[in-house]
Amino acid sequence: MEPKKVVNNKARVIPGFGLSLGVVLTMLSVLVLIPLMSVLGYAFRMTPQEFWQLITRPNVIGAFGTSLLCSLIAAAVNSVFGLLLAWVLVRYDFPGKRLMDGLIELPFALPTAVAGITLSKMYSTKGVLGAALARLGIRVSYTRLGLVVALVFVGIPFVVRAIQPVLEGLDRKYEEAAHMLGAGRARTFFRVVLPELMPALWTGFGLALARGLGEYGSVVYISGNSEKNGTQVVSYVIMQKLNAGNMDYESATAIALVLLAVSFLLLLFVNILQVRAARRTRERGA
Amino acid sequence: MKHKIAPLAALAAVLAAGLLLSGCGSRMLTLVNVSYDPTREFYAAYNEEFLRWYQPQCAEPLEVLPSHGGSGSQARSVIEGVDADVVTLALAHDITLIEQAGLIDPGWMDELPENSAPYTSTIVFLVRAGNPKHIADWDDLTAPGVEVITPDPKSSGGACWNFLAAWEYALRRYDNDEAQARAFVSALYGNVLVMDSGARGATTTFVENGQGDVLIAWENEALVSLREYPGEFELVTPSVSIKAEPSVAVVDENVDYNGTREAAQAYLEHLYSDEAQRLAGQYGYRPTDPDILAEFSDTFDLNVQLCCIDDFGGWDQAYADFFADDAIFDQIYRG
Amino acid sequence: MKPKQKTEPAAVLPPEDNTHIGKVIAPPPKPTGALKIVFITVSVLFVVLMLVLPLVSVLAGALREGLAFYFEALTARYTRSALRVTLIAAVCAVAVNTVFGLMAAWLLTRFDFRGKHLLGTLIDIPFSISPVIAGLAFLMTFGRLGWAKPALDWLSGLLGTRVALVFSVPGVVLATIFVTFPFVSRELIPVLNTRGRDEEEAAALMGAKGFTIFRRITLPHIRWALVYGVILCTARALGEFGAVYALSKTRGKTFTLPLEIDALYLSGSADGITQAFAVSSLLVLMALVVLIVKNIAEYCGRKRDGR
Repeated sequence: MEPKKVVNNKARVIPGFGLSLGVVLTMLSVLVLIPLMSVLGYAFRMTPQEFWQLITRPNVIGAFGTSLLCSLIAAAVNSVFGLLLAWVLVRYDFPGKRLMDGLIELPFALPTAVAGITLSKMYSTKGVLGAALARLGIRVSYTRLGLVVALVFVGIPFVVRAIQPVLEGLDRKYEEAAHMLGAGRARTFFRVVLPELMPALWTGFGLALARGLGEYGSVVYISGNSEKNGTQVVSYVIMQKLNAGNMDYESATAIALVLLAVSFLLLLFVNILQVRAARRTRERGA
Repeated sequence: MKHKIAPLAALAAVLAAGLLLSGCGSRMLTLVNVSYDPTREFYAAYNEEFLRWYQPQCAEPLEVLPSHGGSGSQARSVIEGVDADVVTLALAHDITLIEQAGLIDPGWMDELPENSAPYTSTIVFLVRAGNPKHIADWDDLTAPGVEVITPDPKSSGGACWNFLAAWEYALRRYDNDEAQARAFVSALYGNVLVMDSGARGATTTFVENGQGDVLIAWENEALVSLREYPGEFELVTPSVSIKAEPSVAVVDENVDYNGTREAAQAYLEHLYSDEAQRLAGQYGYRPTDPDILAEFSDTFDLNVQLCCIDDFGGWDQAYADFFADDAIFDQIYRG
Repeated sequence: MKPKQKTEPAAVLPPEDNTHIGKVIAPPPKPTGALKIVFITVSVLFVVLMLVLPLVSVLAGALREGLAFYFEALTARYTRSALRVTLIAAVCAVAVNTVFGLMAAWLLTRFDFRGKHLLGTLIDIPFSISPVIAGLAFLMTFGRLGWAKPALDWLSGLLGTRVALVFSVPGVVLATIFVTFPFVSRELIPVLNTRGRDEEEAAALMGAKGFTIFRRITLPHIRWALVYGVILCTARALGEFGAVYALSKTRGKTFTLPLEIDALYLSGSADGITQAFAVSSLLVLMALVVLIVKNIAEYCGRKRDGR
């Protein structure tokens, strides 16, 4: 293909390809890939039949369903509110803005276990928020809703912090031009600003989703871990295999392998979307 | 290219510094006691008692570092390389797993008195003050409308004990009719409101978050809750329960490497001293010394009929029969 | 962040627009009014409900027994040891990941090559890995049952001391680096992608050296993203629980602050819970310090830019 050739020529123009590739690959292998390979090594000790039987067990499938559903919902909620928060933090001035900016990182600073315990207490039927919601007939702690709440909590900084720098670096002349040309505020946002933010938004969504899929500490306390009510997450099932009975490494790593594959595919998908969106933005800009 | 080396060198320096900083340990003799969750308070107190007694006999300054977690995961950590000098776990089976991994010499169970179990515990009920649901025995837990909190047996070793105690009661009640026992336990687990991943989590759910009417708990856990939240809870001992023998052992491979065998041995042997037995009693464990147990007769209900794990053919058999995938627990719980 | 009053709409308008629009130009877009209020209200509500309330309950819990008790909890031996380990881990993680993040962002945005998406995704893997698996991965590599154990034993014999990469402070450092691995690169990549690579290419064609291009052209654009990345990385490193939990089992030796908090919380006594919240507030405080540093850096940076 002709355009690819051009791109390849360009690759040589900027220096540092070899060095950065070398460093990235080495560090990635030593710190991430090699340890992960040892996990996979265990998983492959099973025969394919055993493997299939294990991962199609009702509780395993149920856990994957729960994890996927809840983290998708949480990531979607976070995308909406994360965009809103980033917008408010970048574009508006109001008292307490700095404070709000600082609070965004809180979910990182609070250990996930503490966050989980605190949230489960707050949202239990005897808790501050849970009591009010219970009166409306909504139970949060020990339901899937509680899972979503915990995942929204741990995921929100990813989205805000992905969008914020891009929004700050965004040249406002296009927006203003669009406005001058008579575009309404909503139209300006959706046609001019949002496309510029899409790559960052996808990144944030992907990160929040990925984080949600693997989350353990903050969800075990609030979920109630009931197979019947569908509140067991995948990480929990892995821990079950490891800790109870006779330390079933094979089963644990087999489930871990599937989880890895699922999150890898999701991330790959999001990365492709992100690159696509970036390319569209760039082409339009050019 | 030269300037690109700088960050790499800095990186290497930082890593090396990190390793060095962590590497420079003091010349102290350190004992690591890998234990399970509910023993935190007891061993915090016992460590002080032990140091008071043992330090004068020991040339080097000694410290004891605690490690707590679910019994199964703690055993796994030792197998995977935690530098434990002694293990004091919930079940003999967890120590057997470490033995099978080659870290503990066979025959550890006979090295100390009473099957190497210096204290025992059992399963009881914790209910809210005034016992509003009138819970007296296992039957009352199956009544409609009673909300039960117990951890997940598929994830917590202690929770298996809860299940087995209920099963034993049902068998005795229905003359060993297994079908009826299943129906009974099935009704009980149908009342379970929240199934936490571990015993401590279940206690938090019941005590701190106010969920459920009754918590099926270790006696020592229930006694701690009674003491920490006076007037809020009551303890109910069922007519039939199960006797758990938390076992202790020296981790031979590690003490030989660390040169701590003497101290480790003394640490475990001192658990059988009058002071330590009394301490165990104060922290809710039943001392194995019968005289000291008698001193605590107002704390512990000594009339409860206790079955033990051997009645189920030993832990391995019980696990395979009840808690393995698709075994009795799965069948009952899925309905 | 930048005060919007600074940019004057008329100045940035392309000149031809002026002639084209003529009298319609009157109201420059002002994001004031109802929409702004609604947006801010919703944001504030969200932040209060999702973030402030948990924080308040932590702080209220921390001070339940009074200040004396609070400071006693903070200066306990285990807490000090945990603080030391946490700081070591955070500093190492930030150093390693900053170098890595810059390299990875440069590689993934400045060049096109086969397998680029794959590489980008592999870098993100630590995000999506359950902390449970991350810990297991290191155990199965460097632990007693791990395949790299003989190599470590050989190294131990060589150095005459026990080299342990799990259940030790180096293990905690490794786990922390692992979980924060993609943070810096993830922040840089969207910014660099949005900017395109024309400027760097132009500079390279004019004969500028790699590091000069990076320092003079790339770095100014990504400065804030880099700061954000480092901050995220620091915050996450301070608060990481799951992966470290798998590799650190001894309180007072290898425990980090989050593990210490967990241990205190699970101690089952009311005092223990208060202590746990007190130590949590220390973490929150550290996060705040990081944030203040960020704000100062930003302020200084803007002042210099403005000059």
